[in-house]
Amino acid sequence: MNLHAIAQINSFLAALVLLTAFAMLVQRRINGLIHLFAWQGLFLSVNTAMIGFVASKHHLYISSLLTLSLKVILLPYILHVLIVRLKIRKEVETIMNIPLTMLIGIILVIFSYHLTAPVRELSSLITRSTLAVALATVMIGLLMMITRKHAVTQIIGFLAMENGLFFAATSATYGMPLVVELGVALDVLIAAFIFGIFFFHIHTTFDSLDVEQMARLKEGD
Amino acid sequence: MSIEPVNIASSSIALLFLLVALAAVLRRKQHALIAVCSLVAGLASLLSVMAGVWTVGSNITGQVILPIGLPDLPFHLRLDPLAGFFLTVIGLLSFFVSVYSAGYLKGFLGHRPVTRLVVFYSLFIAGMFMVVLADDALFFLVSWEVMAAASYFLVMFEDERPENRRAALLYLVVAHVGAIAILLSFGVMAGITTGFESFNGYTFDAMRQAKFPVAWATAAFLLSFFGFAAKAGVVPLHVWLPEAHPVAPSNVSALMSGVMLKTAIYGIVRVTFDLLKVFPWWWGAVVLVFGLVSAVMGVLYALMQHDLKRLLAYHSVENIGIILIGIGLAMIFTSFQLPMLAALALIAGLYHTLNHAMFKGLLFMGAGAVLHATKERNMEEMGGLIHRMPWTAALFLVGCVSISALPPFNGFVSEWLTFQAFLLSPALPNPLIRLLIPLGAALLALTGALAAACFVKAFGVTFLGHWRGRHNPPVHEADWYMRSGMLMAALTCLCLGIFPTIVIDWMDIIPEQLVGSKIAATAGAYGWMWLTPVAPERASYSGPIVFVGFVFIFAVVYLILHVRAGKIHRRPIWDCGFEKINERMQYNATSFSMPIRRIFGFPFHVKELVRLAPQSAHAAFPKQLHYFLRVRDRFWGWVYKPIIGASFWVSRRIGNLQRGRIQTYLIYSFITIIILLVFTR
Amino acid sequence: MILRQLAIEIVQVALLIGLSPLFIGWVRMLKCWSQGRSSAGILQPYRDLAKLFAKDVILAENASWIFRFTPYLVFGTAVLAGGIIPILSVDLPLAPTADVIVLVGFFAVARFFTALAGMDIGAAFGGMGSSREMTIASLAEPAMLMSIFTVSLANQSTSLSYIVQVICSGQSVLRPSLAFAFLAFVLITLTETGRIPVDNPSTHLELTMIHEAMILEYSGRHLALIEWAGMMKLSLFVMLGIACFAPWGIASGVGLMEIVTAFIAMTLKLGLVAFGIVLIETGLAKMRLFRLTEFLGTAFLMATLGMLSFYILE
Repeated sequence: MNLHAIAQINSFLAALVLLTAFAMLVQRRINGLIHLFAWQGLFLSVNTAMIGFVASKHHLYISSLLTLSLKVILLPYILHVLIVRLKIRKEVETIMNIPLTMLIGIILVIFSYHLTAPVRELSSLITRSTLAVALATVMIGLLMMITRKHAVTQIIGFLAMENGLFFAATSATYGMPLVVELGVALDVLIAAFIFGIFFFHIHTTFDSLDVEQMARLKEGD
Repeated sequence: MSIEPVNIASSSIALLFLLVALAAVLRRKQHALIAVCSLVAGLASLLSVMAGVWTVGSNITGQVILPIGLPDLPFHLRLDPLAGFFLTVIGLLSFFVSVYSAGYLKGFLGHRPVTRLVVFYSLFIAGMFMVVLADDALFFLVSWEVMAAASYFLVMFEDERPENRRAALLYLVVAHVGAIAILLSFGVMAGITTGFESFNGYTFDAMRQAKFPVAWATAAFLLSFFGFAAKAGVVPLHVWLPEAHPVAPSNVSALMSGVMLKTAIYGIVRVTFDLLKVFPWWWGAVVLVFGLVSAVMGVLYALMQHDLKRLLAYHSVENIGIILIGIGLAMIFTSFQLPMLAALALIAGLYHTLNHAMFKGLLFMGAGAVLHATKERNMEEMGGLIHRMPWTAALFLVGCVSISALPPFNGFVSEWLTFQAFLLSPALPNPLIRLLIPLGAALLALTGALAAACFVKAFGVTFLGHWRGRHNPPVHEADWYMRSGMLMAALTCLCLGIFPTIVIDWMDIIPEQLVGSKIAATAGAYGWMWLTPVAPERASYSGPIVFVGFVFIFAVVYLILHVRAGKIHRRPIWDCGFEKINERMQYNATSFSMPIRRIFGFPFHVKELVRLAPQSAHAAFPKQLHYFLRVRDRFWGWVYKPIIGASFWVSRRIGNLQRGRIQTYLIYSFITIIILLVFTR
Repeated sequence: MILRQLAIEIVQVALLIGLSPLFIGWVRMLKCWSQGRSSAGILQPYRDLAKLFAKDVILAENASWIFRFTPYLVFGTAVLAGGIIPILSVDLPLAPTADVIVLVGFFAVARFFTALAGMDIGAAFGGMGSSREMTIASLAEPAMLMSIFTVSLANQSTSLSYIVQVICSGQSVLRPSLAFAFLAFVLITLTETGRIPVDNPSTHLELTMIHEAMILEYSGRHLALIEWAGMMKLSLFVMLGIACFAPWGIASGVGLMEIVTAFIAMTLKLGLVAFGIVLIETGLAKMRLFRLTEFLGTAFLMATLGMLSFYILE
């Protein structure tokens, strides 16, 4: 396949990743959030495999498989089980209304585009233009963590940030060294288990996973 | 001596001063005074229109130095295409309003004398003509003051009511704050021209030759933009507009909204493009941002109103914003050396100036006719007027359709040109601006749609449905003078919409002089019927064909259906079979804008209270419903109240200097003598 | 040559007028099948229109000339719009009369006057419909403009014939900016044509009417014209979407074979689009009015993302 077609498919997948990031921002139901996260992982792993094929970096195939198994299959399953076990309410609560969040998201995209302009000049990779999308995904993940009240949704925001970082690595330098990738993947898996344990604890103590309740833990009154 | 356009313009101003003298003579015979006023003012306006059209069409520039003025600093007059364009705009609307006044002023006979109105009306129009013709800073400021002072007295015409006096005072204060800024700006420019050595830099010619260092040029630009924005009613300096325009007599409101605000636009264009000439891109961005904010805020304010004239006044804020959008884009394109795109944006802004004068004048004249007939300004007490004032309704509808930017009328052409200017922004080299400008285009689209919603409300609540008020006054149609004034304005709106190529061909010399390029080279290239501002493959619009198309299809369908038409039966309203309908169940202005108030109400301070007074037996069926709504402008609390508070505080402190005791004043004199003796040793 | 072009133009307009009820009939049929009901047949809209034309007109006593004028105006704008969108061929004599922005302006004229007609009678339903319709329109306008902006960025033009020619002759199929703009356009189409989830086209319940509320008082041939214009509006929006996003098959000249191919391609595409419409209508429920801010905000978001990805990714 010629380079032009690959570049187009790469751009298209980047656009889909951005789309899923925004869709997670505006989603109102937790199940939908988890599905969107799975889709984002799928787009990322396909993209990674394709880059591995074009740049002949075979360790990217392993990364892609890792992403597929972890982020598309395992993590959504764990989260789904958590929600069922803890009988969590299926709706997302936000601290500001959705059109405002969307507007801030757009501003973040413009900002990250402006920020990555120098890198675009210097890079010679075919994926240089997707760095802006990756940075935007990281920031949108952070925005999600800020504007959500529920612990599970904050976790998904954190995982979306991690997705963005992974995507940034692929766009800027054709992926990180394999050891680093394996380490990060293991960390994410452990983090998921630990979150699960913590959720049970929080739920038993406060009878809810609403992070506003944790304001009770402050020192002063 | 050959007659030049500048002589014609001067004679028109002289005619207006003559009218002032005549008014003093004729003050006993009010009927004759009204007739003479309309005649002379109309004639003067026609002369100005002639001068303006001739100047722009033939690209003539004439200059005259008047023998009056300060010693060694005479007044300069200059009529070039830019001034000629604004002269045409002002003259055209003044002519329509003068004809309209012949009928409108008759409504004051028997209540109060109109001498004062006639005197200040002619001074007002003369002042506006002089502002546009002025070619030096001194004459400009003198005419600016004449215009402001005359309009102050006009706003205060019905001065027995305290709210009218308050509105006029607010207007005067803001106008003078703006005038000070303009004065300072001219001072900076004149000073730089001569190195702060002599007074000769006060002529615009001298300022045109001078080269301004960037810092001083920025200072001059910001000061003049602030000053002209105060006069134009740009947010946040807009607070005087919705107070002053409604309380003035309607013919004056039409002129104030239609053309006085345009003199401020003239000032901005003149100072930026003609006197300062070279500027960085962020000036244009400032103008663009203020234009966008004014446009959106103006239309949102208008949607919250239920007073017809206040609603129209807020729409002037919105339309000034749209004009500033065009000018801001032109400035951005110029600063990046893209003259053809700048020409398109400038034409869009200037075309909207002309359009706004026409349709805003028409709308205010219509509102005046309604006020004249019903003695009512509150829309929520009106309704069903289309049956009793059919001509006024139809002409007001033309104004509503034009201002909502609907084809084939004129508002659509200028908005289309502005959108085309936005769509050319990918040519800009700066990537950040390239990303942000399309968001501005989206805001402009939002403004257009909200304006259409507002005018459905305004027309629907005022003219359609049933009469909503409690008393039912005898309502008569406007008389022939008022109708002719409105009819001429409506026809102009239609012609400006159908024949944009001819107008742009005429106007094209202005961007050539100011930014260095024409657009009609491609605009009429496809023939006079098609407007193709950039290239035919890019975009094209044909006003005449759209108009003919509408008429043709309407006629065809109507004829087909009326060949074997069934009868039309008139019956009571169906309303899904609900029989006990009364006129209080209709939608009025507040209810129409409720969804928009809920969605877009966050910039305002909205207080809405609903209280049910239940019946004793059934709590579910209330006996009475109390509804209270108050929408307040947040700018009063954030900007104006602190400033007013601060200035009162400062004045109180300074007032302490005057204690009323003789010893204190003697001490002041003593200290001054000692200081002078020390320093002049 | 010019006669040929004129003939194609007239054929195109006649097809639009004649076949848009067929399209609506097909959509309704599919909807019935997907909901397990038996349909009234694909020709039912024709029978409805014929019935309405044959009936007398009953006007309220205080209806003004605006009320009587509006049905003709609405029908006229739909026909005029049909003469501009390239359905069969790009080579239409009326094509340079208007570009996409003017097209949006035509629909705005129709909406303005329908809203006025709703307020004309002075019943509560009409005012409610007008108020809601204008609010929704003002929310949809920025999204519509952004979508047009993105399309014009990609094709360097706002003239529809030119857009079709550029897309047909270009190689790149997979452009994220156009994909986003397409999603936004789908949401806008649902809004402007009054389908679920924005407005239920077959309801007469007070709380759920928007378009129906404005035309509640119409009867006889006036109602027939307005209904017909509504059917044409759906077809027009679908054809506009096809012209901007999937125009392969539209003839670039006036040859007979090309026109016939274009006609067959058009019917196939319309048939497929009907499936999409029915899927959306059956799968979603009508949203309450104040939720539409999010819906149209999402459309605006999609369009803006399209514009941004044009600059970022292309």
